[in-house]
Amino acid sequence: MKTSRRRFTQATSVFSLLAAAGLVPAHAQQPGWNKAAFEAKSMNDALKALGGAGVAESKDIAITAPDIAENGAVVPVGVASKIPNTQAVYILVEKNPNWLAAGFNIPQGTEANVATRIKMGQTSNVLALVKANNQFFVATKEVKVTLGGCGG
Amino acid sequence: MPDPMRIRATAQPDGVDVRVLMSHEMETGQRRDSGGTLVPAHHITNVTVMHAGKVVLSAEWGPAVSKNPYMQFKFQGGKKGDEITVTWLDNKGETRTDKAVIN
Repeated sequence: MKTSRRRFTQATSVFSLLAAAGLVPAHAQQPGWNKAAFEAKSMNDALKALGGAGVAESKDIAITAPDIAENGAVVPVGVASKIPNTQAVYILVEKNPNWLAAGFNIPQGTEANVATRIKMGQTSNVLALVKANNQFFVATKEVKVTLGGCGG
Repeated sequence: MPDPMRIRATAQPDGVDVRVLMSHEMETGQRRDSGGTLVPAHHITNVTVMHAGKVVLSAEWGPAVSKNPYMQFKFQGGKKGDEITVTWLDNKGETRTDKAVIN
């Protein structure tokens, strides 16, 4: 009982914080989470869920990731986009059960350069999808994985 | 109450470099425990970083982000002594907000 009341208070206070920040539409309970995108099982599905029609390869997207990752549970991946007006950066792993691992929205004044650590089930292409000027661009890098990171 | 995040924000000539280490299981929902039962998905879905009332980064994450997630980015307009806040929300509605001062 105490736990759920505390959780309710916590959720309500974060809701107010996010609402004050203008992040939560009046009717929503929580900030958006693009379920369709996170369940995409192909580039085209992910692209469609993210609102893209086509995608062009770009040499202005740099992916920083190891050629060989010893531990597939923790693979450091960085994406830097030199494309002007980059709005968002997405990291996808081709051979993971669901392609999309993470998406970052880049407001004006923030560099289109993010880094995180992701799980990779096996050796696979890592794709960096960039949305800029409402168009989509992609770059790819293969990362070999010696010990898969999806558990089980 | 989830464990606090470790946040380091450093003012550099070309912007404020922010590094965050969060404490979270990031359970994919595909792993089985020793008894063979599927462990339900429990992962951060949203991250928001604010500075001076403005969102400087927002992210949507799936379960493929590693356990105890790490994130790094850089934004302009902050200076030493300013405060930033980082908030995460997960798929069970749990949340955590931590602040850091830019140094």
